[in-house]
Amino acid sequence: MPAPHDPMAEIKASFFHECEELLDVLQDGLMAMQNGEEDSETINVIFRAVHSIKGGAGAFGLDGLVRFSHRFETVLDALRAGTLAPSADVLRTLLSATDHLADIVELSRDDAPLPETDTLAICDAIDQLIGDPAPKTTHQSDIDFEPEKITLNLDPSDPPKDQAHVPDTTSKIRHFRITFQPFAELFETGNEPAVLLRHLHALGHASTSCDLSDLPPFEKLVPDIPHLRWDITLETQADLAEVQSVFEFVEGLCHLNIELESVSSADPTPAHQSEPPQYRNDTAAPSRPTTGRQVKPGRPTPPVQKPVVRVELDRVERLVNLVGELVINQAMLSQSLDQSGLSPHSDAMHGVEEFQRLTRDIQDSVMMIRAQPVKALFQRMSRIVREASGALGKDVRLRMLGECCEVDKTVIERLADPLTHLIRNAIDHGLEDPATRCAAGKPAQGTITLSAAHRSGRVHIEVGDDGAGIDRPRVRQRAIEKQVIAADAVLSDSDIDALLFLPGFSTAPAVSDLSGRGVGMDVVRTEIQALGGRVSIQSAPGRGTTFSISLPLTLAVLDGMVISVADETLVLPISLVIETLTLTAPDVSLLRPGCHVVRARDGFFPLIDLGHHLGYRPLIETFEGGIVLLVALADGTSAALLIDDIVDQRQVVIKGLDDRFFRAPGIAAATILGDGHIALILDPSDFVSGAFDTPRVPHTAPAPQGEPA
Amino acid sequence: MTLEILAVDDSPTMRDVIRLALLPEGFDVHTAEDGVHGIEVLEGLQPDAIITDINMPRLDGFGFIDAVRGTDQHRTTPILVLTTEAAPQLKERARMAGATGWIVKPFDPAKLVKALHMVAG
Repeated sequence: MPAPHDPMAEIKASFFHECEELLDVLQDGLMAMQNGEEDSETINVIFRAVHSIKGGAGAFGLDGLVRFSHRFETVLDALRAGTLAPSADVLRTLLSATDHLADIVELSRDDAPLPETDTLAICDAIDQLIGDPAPKTTHQSDIDFEPEKITLNLDPSDPPKDQAHVPDTTSKIRHFRITFQPFAELFETGNEPAVLLRHLHALGHASTSCDLSDLPPFEKLVPDIPHLRWDITLETQADLAEVQSVFEFVEGLCHLNIELESVSSADPTPAHQSEPPQYRNDTAAPSRPTTGRQVKPGRPTPPVQKPVVRVELDRVERLVNLVGELVINQAMLSQSLDQSGLSPHSDAMHGVEEFQRLTRDIQDSVMMIRAQPVKALFQRMSRIVREASGALGKDVRLRMLGECCEVDKTVIERLADPLTHLIRNAIDHGLEDPATRCAAGKPAQGTITLSAAHRSGRVHIEVGDDGAGIDRPRVRQRAIEKQVIAADAVLSDSDIDALLFLPGFSTAPAVSDLSGRGVGMDVVRTEIQALGGRVSIQSAPGRGTTFSISLPLTLAVLDGMVISVADETLVLPISLVIETLTLTAPDVSLLRPGCHVVRARDGFFPLIDLGHHLGYRPLIETFEGGIVLLVALADGTSAALLIDDIVDQRQVVIKGLDDRFFRAPGIAAATILGDGHIALILDPSDFVSGAFDTPRVPHTAPAPQGEPA
Repeated sequence: MTLEILAVDDSPTMRDVIRLALLPEGFDVHTAEDGVHGIEVLEGLQPDAIITDINMPRLDGFGFIDAVRGTDQHRTTPILVLTTEAAPQLKERARMAGATGWIVKPFDPAKLVKALHMVAG
């Protein structure tokens, strides 16, 4: 087979991609069944998924994958046939088999050795479901994808189906006498005697005669009833098996008799392609008695394919970066045009406006390329739930909401670790053991809720449990023991919850296998922050705990408010700003020295002098006439930021500050403005809820005083 | 003579593999994603042979063969069934539905080509 740049490898790659999709389908289906939404189509769908994995795996000689998917398929077949009821136990086994199948797929892709012992254990579990401990070995050993040469076999006693022929070295000529009389069914199944005879002729030297004796007079002829019989004598090097294989598809659809008459050895002339069949009677060409094949229409229409392109992420990445540069460039151009004194109605200005609109459209479209539903991520989490609940002996149900919510691929990839940790944590520490749950009047089965939603330009992901909630006195006790807080510190509930994010803080009485392995919630928070996101906790005693993660939709651009503070230009994410106002004297009240609050929106907002807070200037004395931005954060806290001026409102390209820079609290990243200047992008969560960053000062941090209306 | 083939399989991998096996042998390969799609494609096509999978969404292989055999146009078009099961009852069922022959997956290209020539000349 001619191979331009190994197309097989490409197909193999796309097969593994397909496997991922099929595994998703499989898991979806099983979970739907777990939720009691089973119907015959669901079972068919999951059966097909496993079946397709098996089929593809066979094509690539992935033996282990074929074997396991075959066993899996056998159970699903029982389920499909109704001989196995989809009980909770059965589904649990099937889900763990799914996990194992995913493992094998992954290992097969990496050409890694397969976990045979695990496979055996799962196979045993599967076999027990169908009460069939004897593994079926129906899978073919012949799974090589190498083209097989059709060669001759000397030994006529070889089983006819065996395809592995030994090359013939001492050519023998066999003489066969064959009679062949097709039934109507042969034609009904689309077989064609002429083709079969042609194949016989291709095997060697054949002479064919057609027996017309049964043919009725033309006026009595019924075209659907065959009346012809052929007698063939064949001289060939092929053995009986090969001659029989010509008739493989018509076995039982015709009278067939093949006799080996004699074998003459060592014929010096090699078998030759015989001339086309010669029929003794010209009128009896072996055409089918039906109307025969119709004339082909001139132009076939190509099948409709869904237009999908697979592109390497690198290329998209490059495009995203280029578009980022374009946005900056466009901003610089409009700024210099603004300053050139052109009339706003000039063609140049109109052109720039159009340019701006186009740039934005391009940017949105490019971001759409990378957006992916969080579904795949959530499904990985369902596996974590199964494994963790199994290991801890807790019965846990995972509820997933908003799986179709789309998030930038790069964000999704980096979310897997923090989410895994949060979920393990929720199952290990959040959910009580079944006995405690029953005693508390809750169902023994715990529920973990994983949800995603788009809200105000960000994506919110929540991991919630219906467990006992955070044991706040315990957390507080622990913090005092660790000298994280003073023994007499006055802490609000949310302050106590936030202590969980401190490095090395664990309340777990027993260090379990799963969580409590030294990777704490602080790592989760660091990872989320690295994504430009924030984590917050809501917990109610006896009702459970929810960790909320708020993330930007993409890591590349931000709708920002450009502000100036003490002659510095800064950018604040506009999604955080709920209101801007100019202060009047009665708006500000002194809480205690150095701590003011702003009265607005029927509440009080702690006043933060940004210039002072960032170390640009000393605290200013009078606030009257000052401009403040009211910001509300995802964790429900809010503040009023005192600034000098609002400069602009525009989209900025986020340029990350790499590790060489000190990670200053309150600074998330930087950007390049239209005039070429660098501006820092603020993350107010650090100084609004700044208490949680520096362990020893929670009691001095401005506590949130009011909720925005 | 170039043989025109329609391959119906819901797995893109299998469609690729079939295409890869047949294109170098000079076949003209058309594909469809399931039985329903296959019937749609057949409206504008008179292939020399059809290859079909059994387990497919919307319309499975048996239903597809049934529908194909029900048309005057494709009543005698050779149909090969691709199946991972080597079970005799499956072959029997395929034949009852009107299939011409069968290929057990995983197939090697030479076998597929040979089988196609066996039914389509």
